[in-house]
Amino acid sequence: MKHTEKELITLKEEVSEMWRLVLSQLEKVKQAFLNNDIELAREVASREKRVNSFELKIDSDCENYIALYNPVAIDLRLVLSLIKISITLERIADFADGIAKNIIDRGADPDGDLKEDLQIEIMFDAVIEMLSDSYVALDSENTRLSGKILAKDETVDEIYRNAIKILSDAIRDKKIDAENGLKTMLVMRKIERIGDHCSNIVEEIVFYIDAKVLKHSRNKTSPTLPKEGL
Amino acid sequence: MLETKNIDFYYGSFHALKNIAMKIEDHTVTAFIGPSGCGKSTFLRLFNRMNDLIPSMRLTGECLIDGEDIYHKSVDVAKLRKRVGMVFQKPNPFPKTIFENVAYGLRVDGVNDGRFIARRVEESLQSAALWEEVKDKLKKSAFELSGGQQQRLCIARALAIAPSIILMDEPASALDPISTSKIEDLIHILKKDYTIVIVTHNMQQAARVSDKTGFFMLGELIEYDDTKKIFMNPEKEETQNYITGRFG
Repeated sequence: MKHTEKELITLKEEVSEMWRLVLSQLEKVKQAFLNNDIELAREVASREKRVNSFELKIDSDCENYIALYNPVAIDLRLVLSLIKISITLERIADFADGIAKNIIDRGADPDGDLKEDLQIEIMFDAVIEMLSDSYVALDSENTRLSGKILAKDETVDEIYRNAIKILSDAIRDKKIDAENGLKTMLVMRKIERIGDHCSNIVEEIVFYIDAKVLKHSRNKTSPTLPKEGL
Repeated sequence: MLETKNIDFYYGSFHALKNIAMKIEDHTVTAFIGPSGCGKSTFLRLFNRMNDLIPSMRLTGECLIDGEDIYHKSVDVAKLRKRVGMVFQKPNPFPKTIFENVAYGLRVDGVNDGRFIARRVEESLQSAALWEEVKDKLKKSAFELSGGQQQRLCIARALAIAPSIILMDEPASALDPISTSKIEDLIHILKKDYTIVIVTHNMQQAARVSDKTGFFMLGELIEYDDTKKIFMNPEKEETQNYITGRFG
């Protein structure tokens, strides 16, 4: 193996490590939210800095790789994708941190029935699956999963849209006080944004592997993707 | 426009070019890349019949410039080489003054008008981005110039006879980065008036200067496409392996 390939593998491993950390942050913040576990939420908030450090390190390593090795074709696409993926992972971690802080401040805490109606757990699971599937897609260099991942974002969006009605009804019917309801909405908004960012990661993986640009495309025509509504 | 159809070329029994078909548009820069011995220089030299000098060569297929087969028996090779100038890897100024180097082609062509020659020499040196550096020492020997200046002098010499096509065979491989950059800037400027075909081993140079790139391997044209496409998303695995350094 050429040394330039080894350097690329090292870069990819760094991003994978960051990815695993962000996945763990998401899983923990989900548990913290569902169980109103403030200690776990504090753990998530305290690990946020590690994610930021990863982003800076990957940024710098990718810049160095470009400067030293002048990558082209698939190598260039990989490095560009890794830079964007690490930025996106950091943003996802920011949302997890935001949710954790919300839990610590005892902001959003809908009761059990409402939590179920809102499908927050399903929403959390969907974005966690999106993030882990996209990890597998990059690791195995296979974009077949991309259609499934992007379709999952539709589910997340739909849950979010439904939540607006459910929460406004619950506030009106005084099943939840307005502040709690609005803060719950903010948490769901963050989860919805995490879903969007996972979609962006998938777009980067498709760019790297298939050299196709899906970004801002309403009809993402890759054969691996659903043709509408992305 | 340059065009080849089903070109096969042999050095004796060695099959150096295999069924090459290519079209090169006017006022573009086309780069040929590929490992040593892949046939890219041989292919370049077809366009001004430099390979004619090799006794054992054999060519089949068509090589057309503006629709005319340049290997047809009626073609005057001297006239062809006036249309198709060439710059080589190593600067090769003649042992003459700077002025006479540029004027050489005109004099060989029978031009006697001193004022015309002087004007053409100045124009050519300006086009080659060398005028400002040499205008006060035109009577000095060309060998007093630096390597990069000598190469630009050779480009000026090629331009003086008003070609429409310039072939460059690794024109910057013997030059330092500053001189290389000057040659590359010059290629960008010359593209407006000339069609340029360049062979280079420096892939970043191909990426920087050319509109289209052809990748050759073992005498075959593996891939020929827009340079951006070749360097961002080549179609062929061989191309990708070569440009990413994974070749062999």
